[in-house]
Amino acid sequence: MMQFAIFAARKTPWDIIGENFTLLAAALLAFASVVVVLFLVAGRATVRAQEWLKYLVFLVPALLLLLVGLIYPTIRTIIFSFMDAKSENFVGLDNYVWAFTIPEILVVLRNTAVWVFLVPFFSTAIGLSIAYMTDHMKRPNVIKSLIFMPMAISFVGAGVIWRFVYAFEPNENRADIGLLSAIVKFFGGTPPNWLLESPGNTYLLIAVMVWIQTGFAMVILSAAMKNVPDEIVEAAMLDGATPIKRLFRVTIPMIRATLVVVLTTIIIGTLKVFDIVRTMTGGNFQTNVIANEMYSQAFRQMNYGTGSALAIILFLAMIPVIIYNIRQLRLERTER
Amino acid sequence: MHLYDLDILLMEALGFYARINFERTKMSTIRSRFVAIGATAIAASLVLAGCAASDEETTTAGGTTDTGDATVAGCEAYAAYAGNEGAEVEIYTTIIDPEASLFIESFVEFEECTGITINWNGTQEFEAQIAVRVEGGTAPDLAIFPQPGLLASFSDSLVPADADLTASVDANYTPDWKTYGTADGTFFAAPLGANVKSFVWYSPKTFADNGWDIPTTWDELLALSDTIAAEGNVQPWCVGIESGGATGWAATDWMEDLMLRFQDGDTYDAWVDGSLPFNDPKVAEVLAEAGKIIKNPDYVGNVQAIATTSFSAGGAGVVDGSCAMHRQASFLGGILVGDYGATIVTPTDTDVEGGITTFYFPGVSADNKPALGGGEFVGRFTDSAAAAAVQLYLTTPEWNNVKASLGGWFSANKGLDTANVADPVNKVAVEILQNATLFRFDGSDVMPAAVGAGTFWTEMTAWVAEDKSDKAVLDAIYASWPY
Repeated sequence: MMQFAIFAARKTPWDIIGENFTLLAAALLAFASVVVVLFLVAGRATVRAQEWLKYLVFLVPALLLLLVGLIYPTIRTIIFSFMDAKSENFVGLDNYVWAFTIPEILVVLRNTAVWVFLVPFFSTAIGLSIAYMTDHMKRPNVIKSLIFMPMAISFVGAGVIWRFVYAFEPNENRADIGLLSAIVKFFGGTPPNWLLESPGNTYLLIAVMVWIQTGFAMVILSAAMKNVPDEIVEAAMLDGATPIKRLFRVTIPMIRATLVVVLTTIIIGTLKVFDIVRTMTGGNFQTNVIANEMYSQAFRQMNYGTGSALAIILFLAMIPVIIYNIRQLRLERTER
Repeated sequence: MHLYDLDILLMEALGFYARINFERTKMSTIRSRFVAIGATAIAASLVLAGCAASDEETTTAGGTTDTGDATVAGCEAYAAYAGNEGAEVEIYTTIIDPEASLFIESFVEFEECTGITINWNGTQEFEAQIAVRVEGGTAPDLAIFPQPGLLASFSDSLVPADADLTASVDANYTPDWKTYGTADGTFFAAPLGANVKSFVWYSPKTFADNGWDIPTTWDELLALSDTIAAEGNVQPWCVGIESGGATGWAATDWMEDLMLRFQDGDTYDAWVDGSLPFNDPKVAEVLAEAGKIIKNPDYVGNVQAIATTSFSAGGAGVVDGSCAMHRQASFLGGILVGDYGATIVTPTDTDVEGGITTFYFPGVSADNKPALGGGEFVGRFTDSAAAAAVQLYLTTPEWNNVKASLGGWFSANKGLDTANVADPVNKVAVEILQNATLFRFDGSDVMPAAVGAGTFWTEMTAWVAEDKSDKAVLDAIYASWPY
């Protein structure tokens, strides 16, 4: 009898699949009936009403989703950032004062600044040079694919891969699996414990992000370079411009708008960086960044006040970049 | 750019719930899961043997403590629970298969004799669902709480322990265990299983080959470390505290274990609940003692590398003989067997290459034997005689012996015969629990999350990785305590 109870409680895979498909069918049916009703109503409406219906059907769902998914959470987070850990009492600006006075958090802010400065700079610079060098190459695809490939790896995956590269084995009796240590040892050096030594460890983490983002910058910039008219390049060549001069005097000014979009997009991505730090150092050893600390505060230490305050700081830091990014995108569109 | 937006979204969506759960129960569930896996691996053959045996000789499968040769004789022992024929009792718990089937097996005789049917309802969603069920008026008859904190939040709905249960728990468990089943001054929940953290892992072969003796006091432990360091062939200690986002918890266990040794139970409780400031000289004394091993390069080699050595890889040195000792809870055995080719042996098996076992992490003196660990507690929600009978039965030495003999499990029950505990590590654990002068739960699991899952971890990590001073570490944790 007891055995029976256990078997009754446990579903077979087919039960679960059946249940899920029934649910799916019901959802599709509901969606189809809504569409049918809409068409029926639209067919009977007057032309004027149809105009209104059009706005209603297309705008209302989008607005609703924005409201539920973006505006409401933003307001709630702002309110939480002025409240205590359990979101019960208002504490004024305490959480913000905390964020800008506690030494551990100041390290977090400093690191984020370093990331935001270095990652976009190096990814764009390297991406630009590769794009420029491969621009008139006969078969650039192999090189470009190789550079672009890291883009397809998730941040967590990249973090795990690079942790192996930076691995450090203190015990001489055991095999050292760290690639970077192996290189240093080959040249007769003594490798440090890579992920431990501050501030070098932050730069090692930044290298991972650059590794991922370079491909993105390269592909977009390479596409933009294809749009630079050949006549202008040829004219510059006839005037005796060296390739370096052509890059700075012709190509870069011609693709300036794209360059800015690439830079700002990478800045936004870098501000939010979380996975790399979390998988590689867990935010220890002075490598913490704002998104990781926000997660720790809110969901591990269960302090929604400080977590929300950090989220809002991140949000505020990102707004100007986003505005600039959107304006440049518009500018680029009007130029074409 | 959309690529990693999607990435984070996925992580949030898929991992979110699991993670929150994970972080909330901190490492305790994970660790106990390791225990389960490990124990299962070790005891697999034993369980199989047990199953086979029960097919052939159902009457004696009930356990070695039963005197009778047939169910009739067995049933006499169950007279106290009579009068509940046909009743059903639901047990709601986090314990799922494969362990659940061993529990169900252990109830068979009880069910046959008393006519009570026990419905085992195990789910990993227990912690989230128990509140829903209690609020919704469909509370289970019995619930097995994996941590005392959760138990305390249901003190309004739980049925207080009756006289029989109180008497049984008083007789069979140390007062510390009763305290953990007590909320707001009322004793509610009876202890069930237990786990122990106060272990030092070592290789009997390495110890025998070098003629080292098992230390029985903290001073002997340090003296042995000095001896090993002076001989120079083997590193005395391996320590590793890296654990991804939870890096540092292994170091907090050191602190807790030593807190119980160098201070008393009351000080420990005050430290955990915050009435003793984290930068108090008493805490500083404990941290300094921990530093004698963890921050001593003669003992642990590269001190900083402790922060980048994972807690499981730390124990690997004991298996391959590159270090002599490693302090970690019992679950580590499963990892070392699975990932590093270790074999769990008894302390007398001195010729097994890669054989590992444990000794008790010693106290300051030979008669100072505190234990750090954890356990589950059975609370009752319905006022029924059948549920009360099951709750009572689970505290008896009879049931604890039956359950332990099925393998991979032990409890703090004083009536538990170590002969029924086959696994050598669990056997040591039972001895530790039965001899314990003091028993306390893992303090960092009970402290406010800002400390217990926050600064206590990160500051202990900085303590080894950045050589942060004892004072700076304790002051930083003190500053983060939400008073």
